[in-house]
Amino acid sequence: MSRPPSEAIPLIFELGQEGRANRYLERGKPLESFLPKAIVREDLPLPDNSELDVVRHYTQLSHRTFGIDLGFYPLGSCTMKYNPRVNDAIVARREFSDLHPYTPDELAQGALEVMYELERSLSSLFGMAAFSLNPSAGAHAELGALLIAKKYFKERGETRRDKVIVPDTAHGTNPASAAMCGFKVISLPSDARGRVDVDEIRKVANDETAVCMMTNPNTLGLFEEQIAEIAAVVHDAGGLMYYDGANANAIMGYARPGDMGFDLMHLNTHKTFTIPHGGGGAGHGPLGVAAHLVEYLPTPVVVRDGPSFHLDFDRPKSIGPMRSFWSNFAHAVRALAYLYANGEEGLKRVSQLAVLNANYVRVKVAEFLETPYPENCRHEFVASAQRLKKEHGVRALDIAKALLDHGYMAPTVYFPLIVPECLMIEPTETESKETLDGFVEALRAIVIAAQTDPAALLEAPVTTPVGRVDETLAARKPDLRWKN
Amino acid sequence: MYAPHTPRDVEQMLEAVGAASLDDLLRVPDAIALKAKLDVVPALPEYLIQRRFSQFAEKNAGVAYRSFLGAGAYRHYAPPAIAALAMRGEFLTAYTPYQAEVSQGYLQAIYEWQTYICLLTGMELANASVYDGATALAEAAIMALGATGRQRVLVSSAVHPNYRGVLRTYCDGLDVVVDEIPFTNDGTTDWAAVAAAVAGGEYAAVAVQSPNFFGNVDTPSQQAREAIAQSSTVPIGVVAEALSLAALAPPSSWGAQIVAGEAQSFGVAQAYGGPYAGFIASTQEHLRRIPGRLAGKTVDHAGRTAYVLTLQAREQHIRRERATSNICTNQAHCALIATIYLALMGKTGLRDAAALNLARSRELASAVANVPGVRLKHTAPFFNEFVADVGRPAGEVLSALQRHEILGGVDLGRFYPELSTCVLVTATELTTTGDIDALARALTEVLHVPAAV
Repeated sequence: MSRPPSEAIPLIFELGQEGRANRYLERGKPLESFLPKAIVREDLPLPDNSELDVVRHYTQLSHRTFGIDLGFYPLGSCTMKYNPRVNDAIVARREFSDLHPYTPDELAQGALEVMYELERSLSSLFGMAAFSLNPSAGAHAELGALLIAKKYFKERGETRRDKVIVPDTAHGTNPASAAMCGFKVISLPSDARGRVDVDEIRKVANDETAVCMMTNPNTLGLFEEQIAEIAAVVHDAGGLMYYDGANANAIMGYARPGDMGFDLMHLNTHKTFTIPHGGGGAGHGPLGVAAHLVEYLPTPVVVRDGPSFHLDFDRPKSIGPMRSFWSNFAHAVRALAYLYANGEEGLKRVSQLAVLNANYVRVKVAEFLETPYPENCRHEFVASAQRLKKEHGVRALDIAKALLDHGYMAPTVYFPLIVPECLMIEPTETESKETLDGFVEALRAIVIAAQTDPAALLEAPVTTPVGRVDETLAARKPDLRWKN
Repeated sequence: MYAPHTPRDVEQMLEAVGAASLDDLLRVPDAIALKAKLDVVPALPEYLIQRRFSQFAEKNAGVAYRSFLGAGAYRHYAPPAIAALAMRGEFLTAYTPYQAEVSQGYLQAIYEWQTYICLLTGMELANASVYDGATALAEAAIMALGATGRQRVLVSSAVHPNYRGVLRTYCDGLDVVVDEIPFTNDGTTDWAAVAAAVAGGEYAAVAVQSPNFFGNVDTPSQQAREAIAQSSTVPIGVVAEALSLAALAPPSSWGAQIVAGEAQSFGVAQAYGGPYAGFIASTQEHLRRIPGRLAGKTVDHAGRTAYVLTLQAREQHIRRERATSNICTNQAHCALIATIYLALMGKTGLRDAAALNLARSRELASAVANVPGVRLKHTAPFFNEFVADVGRPAGEVLSALQRHEILGGVDLGRFYPELSTCVLVTATELTTTGDIDALARALTEVLHVPAAV
């Protein structure tokens, strides 16, 4: 019996008692015996807790946290698929977990080979010349790519190229990354079919264009069939093409960003390659480049020299390092283990079934919700609660909250921004038909409830430890830490 | 393959969708369709995947050596209870807690992490984590650029070289100039030079690290503090060894407004460099410029205590190109690990760990200094690492130590040509007297042999 759901869990700071310490280490001498008194810290206001109290505390907190392991997690654009436990077991091996980043190359050959094999496989799978495993997440890789573009154009004397073209369906990180490189953002409207129109690109691509950032399939789950033409327009204008790989789960074995005409890309291995999201990170965002940009990759780069591998820091054209140490290496291990679990055929199958699952849910959901783009989707699709809102006052947010009461994580809501009352649903390939059927029926029941008893839905969720939270209060009077 | 579909499932689902085949659903224009045979690693059953990774593991021989490596990544004791809790599937397989009602546990843990970071650094607020210590410094500098409207940043050359490298990478993107202040012969920042440099009021920030890259306690002199304050330069304190916060006066004590740090020492695996747990803490005045997620305490509609991601108007998914940063994914799980570490260790355990680091590193320093031909480079107080001058090219000496299965430290010549005979040597609570004796013996033997040149 855990703590009753309605009862608040005290903060760890409210549990502790002075003198209730665990004996992990021997007692140390007074700090003043090692350091001048003037620089010694006087007080350290942290609680002492028994191990059992700590174990209960965080176990209870886990009971109030929803993960993939508890239920279906159709969070669009986040690719919440099953996280295989074998990958964690491999990472936990001492030879990986205890390896210091300054271990000499000759004594870390296994780690370097893991990174090299992953890098080579990614390059082939996505049609790029090389990848850097340096960036810590997708947004970090976007920043790296735009820094590469900036340096590339600077060296070519094309500093007037200060514009980055971003479709209106793009992830928020795209324009934010562009701003971190001093680029100005040009937002591109999508057409009625939810795609980027080549003619629109023609209007804005010119000698001020640095980069065009695209997601394909885009965040509506639709494949940009004109991608090669778009790339040609951007290239003719002298710009570079960037592929946001958040949706790579839809294309493996069928298409490669390199073949679509992209010069730069990232992959979120924490999406496509099953690395656990861990409540928001850590991620892993390998950054891929075409041949003409390899020299600019962040340092260090893993290189092969006959039978051995080493970290190459001597890269004169590199944009420099992007993080304290070489990579989120533990995630590189997980990503490579995932590749071994699939191989080429398996990866193709992953994309096939991810797309099949999304379409299966889409046709069923279309029976009771608007789907603004009524055609075959790829790995995800968008539905809209606009009609429900107009007729019954029930919004996408209310549907999302009601799903929580049914034991499902809510889809991504209100994104992409161009779809009113948007619900963005990505089932992933690791979910069974039975799970999808259960989800669809829950959603159907919610929509029916919205039409018959909308007031009740506005209260949802009611089965969770807390109901809807007061976000306005949180923002108006920020309380970001405990105070004694 | 981790998909559960039976052939019958696929058939039924295709029919429901109205597609003739899977290829039908995934078709792309012929001009870009994949035709090449891919060169990815082969598929293996799970037991052979494990065997493949055993082969990789065996080639990481360095993990079994006696190690004196530190320099921004530290080997500390991590109670097994951390993994037992942090690896719970609820935590491990959750996404960013957008849906607060089913994420109260994780949100509360983030709030606890923010509190721990505030208590340790002496700052008023902290974010939910950034990628690592180096990117924390870069993001902190960007906060200062916004706060001051200036376009230059000053950094001590005794700040970790990789952190400075990342700071430069980020600043290049913003066309911001980074200037460096030299360190003195005693391995601490030239504070008179800092005072002179900031006086003109052109720097947005001055970044200093304590303990610095050489392990030395390195905080601004009174004169430097006054010059920093008078010129409205934002002082950034960098902390690469978070355990030092348990022993040393916190960055708030010398006036830091932003603290950029790395919490890897708090139970996070070394893992060849990541993932780690970067953090940014600051005074209240920088609240609106802090990057990334923030968990806040509020109430639900019934007045019950609740936690939620807050002040999201700073973030990329709302503000897009006007966001304070592009960061989206952070290092939440590493921050959770660090939070659990801090809860388990408590004040007493943390103080003990710090005292043992101080004790063992002093034992090590005196053993190393007793080796003929070796001298300690600096006399400043240090935490758990220090610089030893071995009197000949450090790289050669370290290679020779490897033949004794010892990783003797980090060759400082990699980063500072003038320190090419110097090694950064680290001891933690896990360093044994046996390790220290072995290093002293091997170093004596290595240095006894005349230099090759």
